[in-house]
Amino acid sequence: MKILICLSNVPDTTTKAKFVNDNTAFDTTGVQWIINPWDELALTRAMELKSDAANSIDNITVVTVGGKDAEPTIRKALAIGADDAVRIDAEPKDAYYVAAQIAEYLKGNPFDLIFNGIESADYNGSAVGGMIAEFMDIPSVSAVSGLNIENSQVKITREIDGGTEDIASELPVVIIVQKGIAKEPMIAAMRGIMMARKKPLNVIAPVEVEVLTEIVSFELPQPKPACKMVEPENVKELVNLLQNEAKVI
Amino acid sequence: MSVLVFTENWDGKFKKMSFELVSYASKIAEMLNTQTVAISIGDVQEDELKKLGNYAADKIVSVNNDKLKNLDNQAYTSVIAEVAEKEGASVVVIAQNNMGKALAPRLSVKLKAGLGAGVSKLPASVEPFTIFKKVYSGKAYSNVVIKSDVKILTLAQNSYEFEENVKSPSIENFEATLSDNLFKTTVSNVQKQTGKILLNDAEVVVSGGRGMKSGDQWAPIEELAELLGAATACSRPVSDEGWRPHDEHTGQTGKIIAPNLYIAAGISGAIQHLAGISSSKCIVAINTDKDAPIFEAADYGIIGDAAKILPDLIEAVKEIK
Repeated sequence: MKILICLSNVPDTTTKAKFVNDNTAFDTTGVQWIINPWDELALTRAMELKSDAANSIDNITVVTVGGKDAEPTIRKALAIGADDAVRIDAEPKDAYYVAAQIAEYLKGNPFDLIFNGIESADYNGSAVGGMIAEFMDIPSVSAVSGLNIENSQVKITREIDGGTEDIASELPVVIIVQKGIAKEPMIAAMRGIMMARKKPLNVIAPVEVEVLTEIVSFELPQPKPACKMVEPENVKELVNLLQNEAKVI
Repeated sequence: MSVLVFTENWDGKFKKMSFELVSYASKIAEMLNTQTVAISIGDVQEDELKKLGNYAADKIVSVNNDKLKNLDNQAYTSVIAEVAEKEGASVVVIAQNNMGKALAPRLSVKLKAGLGAGVSKLPASVEPFTIFKKVYSGKAYSNVVIKSDVKILTLAQNSYEFEENVKSPSIENFEATLSDNLFKTTVSNVQKQTGKILLNDAEVVVSGGRGMKSGDQWAPIEELAELLGAATACSRPVSDEGWRPHDEHTGQTGKIIAPNLYIAAGISGAIQHLAGISSSKCIVAINTDKDAPIFEAADYGIIGDAAKILPDLIEAVKEIK
């Protein structure tokens, strides 16, 4: 079985958003770039599955649509344990563009399980995974919090409102993961970091894709009015404010 | 032309969110000078379908087929796309929840329609079609132009104040084309918790952080939640420690919520946590550290130990209930 992890290179989650060029571009000054947290959980789960020989997973590949500046993040994924990596050499213009690029790659390079995080920490579109599946005319399962392989069959747990469903799917399938798929992200060991330098990172050219959406400007949220403090001895006053001022209880 | 809105039902009943969606879609239809068509998939009775008319649906297309009993993303997408084409939809509105996130991207490809994911208000203009959405997990917003002929919007939950506008919609029972090769997944087992208020639906949320000191200390959080008809939530360290289940984790990598009232007990307010709760209409913070960042996001604050203050708060709430 072959696994593909679609990886987004995103600003560290502690980053404060700032913009330049008249609020049309994200200010990357001093930003640390990381593997999108959900993609990292997907990679972790893939590694866990591969460590059990009974699952017969031959290969874990990561794919990113991005410029050369995404390579340190891709190397991190190789250090954690992916076998090889592909970088599609284009700026990710929007989700449709990214998904079309990955789908094009998949047409010549078949995989059985295609993992995506439920969203990326930058544009929060929750879109690329489902789009890849539709481009490929293959099934997708979203909000996946558990995945196992039994007798070459995938057993998927999906979160629904107030519960879970167990799902079986034909292969290939796009698995869109959320929190719960793996407990904690796997951390690269020194040996992995050394080996990552020698693992293949193939750069391929993008295909022509129409861009359907365009960000024209960014805005920062309005600052909030100062917090109204209530004395700890006066909890009744808080309840009064919630009831009569904020009118929320 | 039309604006198509996908309404989700739970065991044949619509929730508030479906009405928000229809009301939102009808406002876009007004901007485009066209009609609002609602699609419902599943076994929903006519009386229930008609309720969508209270929020200005002009027409309801009901698709009821046993094959659609469980959600198969590919099959559902095919049904919505077929209805969108039949109704000449130029905009399709879907919820930004689990089901919406599963369907909207597929539909975007199927209809070659640009996706505006997680919008929280009406488009600033329809020519060019400009939407406003959160980016960087709520740390900023973006204005996005959708350039395709057909547009898909997913509406963030609890972000739109819907209003009644009663119409008498026509109801059409539609037989969708459902070829067998659309169904590649099978649902084998469904576990549902009953009687619990869902975090994403809750109007009030009571949440605990590391300041609660251990998982055994959750009784006052649960008692206050019960009193207020609230859901319970927690910060990331709490779910990482296993004090609470991961589905309660609220924050950038957990659930993003927008209740009317969020009570944060013993939560310091890391930037990732704030990203998950910043759309709440009112935030109350209880924390021992007066410099904790949660107070910058909060509307009301108490400096003190949540374990001591929550019991007083419970008593005070009991007095007004």
